Amino acid sequence: MWQKRLTALVILVIGAGICWYVYSSQAGATRPFKLGLDLSGGTQLVYRADLSAITTNDVASSMASLRETIERRVNLFGVSEPIVQTQHAGTFAGSPEERLIVELPGVTDTQKAIELIGETPVLEFRMLRKDADATATASSTINELFEPAAITGKNLKSAELQFQGGVGALNEPVVVIHFDAEGTKIFADLTKNNVGRSFGMFLDGSPISVPVIREAIPDGTAVISGGFSPEEAKELARNLNYGALPVPIELISTQTVAGTLGAEAVQKGIMAGIWGIGAVILFMLFWYRLPGLVASCTLLLYIIVNLALFQLIPVTLTAAGIAAFILSIGMAVDANVLIFERMKEELRGGKNLQDAMRDGFSRAWLSIRDSNISSLITATILFWFGTSLIKGFALVFGIGVLVSMLTAITVSRTFLFALGFDTKSKFARFLFGSGIKA
Amino acid sequence: MAILAVGVFGLQFGTDFTGGSLVEVRYDGIRPAGDVLTRNLEDAGFKGFSLRESGANGYILRSATLSDVQRGNLSATFSHEGGTAHIAQLTEVGPTIGVELRNKALIALLVVLLCILLFIAFAFRKVSKPISSWVYGLIALLTLGFDVLVPVGAFAALGYLWGAQVDALFVTAILTILGYSVHDTIVVFDRTRENLRLNEDRNRKEDFAETAGRSLNQTFVRSMNTSATTLIALLALFFLGPASTQDFALTLLIGIIAGTYSSIFFATPLLVEVEKWRGGRKKK
Repeated sequence: MWQKRLTALVILVIGAGICWYVYSSQAGATRPFKLGLDLSGGTQLVYRADLSAITTNDVASSMASLRETIERRVNLFGVSEPIVQTQHAGTFAGSPEERLIVELPGVTDTQKAIELIGETPVLEFRMLRKDADATATASSTINELFEPAAITGKNLKSAELQFQGGVGALNEPVVVIHFDAEGTKIFADLTKNNVGRSFGMFLDGSPISVPVIREAIPDGTAVISGGFSPEEAKELARNLNYGALPVPIELISTQTVAGTLGAEAVQKGIMAGIWGIGAVILFMLFWYRLPGLVASCTLLLYIIVNLALFQLIPVTLTAAGIAAFILSIGMAVDANVLIFERMKEELRGGKNLQDAMRDGFSRAWLSIRDSNISSLITATILFWFGTSLIKGFALVFGIGVLVSMLTAITVSRTFLFALGFDTKSKFARFLFGSGIKA
Repeated sequence: MAILAVGVFGLQFGTDFTGGSLVEVRYDGIRPAGDVLTRNLEDAGFKGFSLRESGANGYILRSATLSDVQRGNLSATFSHEGGTAHIAQLTEVGPTIGVELRNKALIALLVVLLCILLFIAFAFRKVSKPISSWVYGLIALLTLGFDVLVPVGAFAALGYLWGAQVDALFVTAILTILGYSVHDTIVVFDRTRENLRLNEDRNRKEDFAETAGRSLNQTFVRSMNTSATTLIALLALFFLGPASTQDFALTLLIGIIAGTYSSIFFATPLLVEVEKWRGGRKKK
């Protein structure tokens, strides 16, 4: 008996400890709850990568370098904790596709975000035709004037802004481009054979720079100079890096939620949670009296353990996740309800309180196990089915089912036995009785 | 009734499934009249859209996917003399994602049903007298069919009346209802299982119908109480919770009421009927 009481006390102390931990790590922001974009506000963009020009073997590496490139771009814009991830999807959409998911917390101007990530322009290199007049009229088209060069945008590794000492006192901004190994070779031949010709760089068909080749360039770097302002040079370098995106991407889905709407949802979710918990506890107290009190303590412990897990794992909470949590509060007491009903039945059958309690627990266990397994099956499938929204729901729901099994059985059992009623007094029977006369 | 509702009203599939965009705006100051906005939207090149008031100072717009210009000018398009619009949310779903979600939803539904059938058949494998455990599973599935039909039908009616739409959350709700109500049915069957075993131990002859009925009575209060606590939590979510999960809470409310009803009034009577039918056949 004293051992049971000691265990109960230890559980209570641990519960209080976890509670304090949850509070302090939220308040001190050491490990606050992670909120999904729909609660914290922000933008999610989903892109489809067009891999038609890529061989199957290169898909993974192309996607990885795409992710890196986009990540660099996103980081440039100073968003805190952006997420860029690739996803293989579309098994259920008919044809498989590779996707890129970009999450930008705090960004609520969708159009700006889209521009920030940018469309993929096609970078082309062309040579000015030998027979073309250098002072061509505006009506001449690019194809008339230029012929495709042996080197393509795919051979470009990177472009960067540099400053070179110019003729004047000021440093002149130039754009330095680097080719990959294959490109270096092609470029070396090309420049050797075409000194004096114009070499054009085109982004989506419009010329961005048409420098004249002055000498052979063997090391795979080229300098584009041409009286740029620093701003122009920076933009050119950026555009060239854009063009260096390994695969073209196409926007297929966006989601933006304003921070105010998210904050409102959080607040309402908390309100609903508090009222839900309160009402469930009242119901349990009213219906089951003393065991109801035990169930309520167990429920509170269940809530605390869940919240701690949300912080520790960490679970990204969404509106759907909060809904799952509130739903699970209603369902968590189910195990207790099963046990208590069984206990009352055994009491009515003439057993003494101790035996009734023991049998109540052991006989209800099978039902609890089977029914919870069915809930877990649902949660698992939902998690697998999930878009991020549904995954959030399934994860919270699944954790809830597991934790409730643990708390309802072990914890409430310890509490009840620790109270140690073994009398047959009317008072004890009243405490364990139910709201209706059976 | 539910089938009728679906037949008559049809289900309103949301942006999640059909692809397209959903915009929610809120206003600082005066909210412009609907026809003014409709004109603005038409001027901005929106076609085949639907505009609905939301709350006291907002609108919800559903339309095809936005062009860059439309997206960039969104808040300007919605603003009108003295009412500045803020984009509260914007969701655009491409058609492939919609198709994918639909297929996934159907597959998930089938897998859940199959797993539940297998699980029940497995869990009740030792009780093959007088009915095989597969029958328990099949009856649980039939009951589930009812539990799903009711909220779907209700949603068809709601969609007709208030424009409630079937979205990813709705599918989640349906799958959750499946999990919950099979939970309920299992508890009743479990008790039947236990009573059958007890009868065998004590060599007591009892009609299957009587055993089943007794099991039902014994679990009745529990079914009601668990449903009550779950409903309490859901009511809190419905009335006080965030707007985005309100339809979700409502679907669950309807589904859980249906689930409780069906596991009491459908599952066990069906079990008894099957037993009678089989017993009758054997006697002949």
